[in-house]
Amino acid sequence: MSFISRGFQRRQAPVAPSDRLPPGQYVTRDFPVLSAGPTPRIGLDEWRLELIGEVDRPRSWSWQEFTALPAEEITDDIHCVTKWSKLDTAWTGVPIDALLDGVETSAAFVVAHSYGGYTTNLPLDDLAGGKAWVAYRYDGEPLEPEHGGPARLLVPHLYFWKSAKWLRALELRADDAPGFWEGYGYHNYGDPWREQRYSGD
Amino acid sequence: MARAAILRRLTWAIAELVDRTDETPRVRSLTLDVPDWPGHLPGQHLDVRLTAEDGYQAQRSYSIARPVDGNRVTITVEHLDDGEVSPYLTDVLEVGDRMELRGPIGGYFVWEPDRGGPLLLVAGGSGVAPLMAMLRERLRARNNVPVRMLLSWRSGEDVIYADELNAIARDATGVEITHTFTRSAPDGWTGRTGRLEREALAALAWTPSERPLAYVCGPTGLVEAVASALVELGHDPARVLTERFGPTGG
Repeated sequence: MSFISRGFQRRQAPVAPSDRLPPGQYVTRDFPVLSAGPTPRIGLDEWRLELIGEVDRPRSWSWQEFTALPAEEITDDIHCVTKWSKLDTAWTGVPIDALLDGVETSAAFVVAHSYGGYTTNLPLDDLAGGKAWVAYRYDGEPLEPEHGGPARLLVPHLYFWKSAKWLRALELRADDAPGFWEGYGYHNYGDPWREQRYSGD
Repeated sequence: MARAAILRRLTWAIAELVDRTDETPRVRSLTLDVPDWPGHLPGQHLDVRLTAEDGYQAQRSYSIARPVDGNRVTITVEHLDDGEVSPYLTDVLEVGDRMELRGPIGGYFVWEPDRGGPLLLVAGGSGVAPLMAMLRERLRARNNVPVRMLLSWRSGEDVIYADELNAIARDATGVEITHTFTRSAPDGWTGRTGRLEREALAALAWTPSERPLAYVCGPTGLVEAVASALVELGHDPARVLTERFGPTGG
């Protein structure tokens, strides 16, 4: 039972049905930016995406090779641990399943590595099976650097810090290893529907 | 960057408001007594949770504006007209009222004296709050790390901590504070106006060879512009730490 705050009440009519808004979240129409340092600027001719770690052989894609892979249009809600949610965001991206096609691995975990040094960790099962993409267009336009361009991870079913911006490599691992925010006390898994914001939630 | 792994469970505490200070017409500092507060580092934040009688809940994050002081924590809250939590905190909550919070949160955008410097503290508007915790800690600890603080305000009436900042600028050794006004400067102002752009940072920030440790906090536009300009000027991106702080919640 939570403590009732004297005189506090809802100010706005709900803008989302309750099955669209996880606990503790509110809807924003902006697209807030969250990152821990300067926005890295990566030229498309030097950009590469790598698949490394516990794999039969490493894979690597140039921008041209990556954007030639079959892409999907994704419309889904995103939820940031800082409490905002944005509904019906529209992306274009390559499903992780396409990157994993033909890859032999015994890995159960993934660490996503970004240009600029950011990392985040996820179970491999959360990236496979049509649940995650490497997105490179937003609202029909090339993804802007401050939102993670040239390409970012998109894992809408977890808090958005798991959707690493400026993606550089996916490292497949047998063991789990905490990423950047996970090492600072944020939840290791980050399911918004179970409100897993911080370690122990 | 050293990591302070804070892996204990964060539980909700019921805090009591013990002081409320007007900073500007739109901004108030709230000091709360939090039973069993575990302490915090300058730059960390906390989460507030409000519950209405019908069970409706809202949560928001606020930076802590002062160094650790027993069970006392101070946050600085800007009233947002279309906000739901900030108007309650600035206008409804009275001394003696209680509310839920938990923290401290975040271990990256923090400064302690052993992190060294020189320090470059850049803020827009209420983004000054976590930087004020760092500056107050630098003074409280009688630390001698040189500090340059660059503060961007819309107008003269928006300056938060104005008297304290003026006293620090006048009395403290090794602390330089520069204000700039982007919409309207106070009457008689002869100092800087306009946004903190590359030219201003080249003139006012440390040089890259002095390897400042930079903390940048404010609305996304300011943070993006300042962090990008610092990198373009040759500062090490790994020593430019950013935190977004604004009406959009990010």
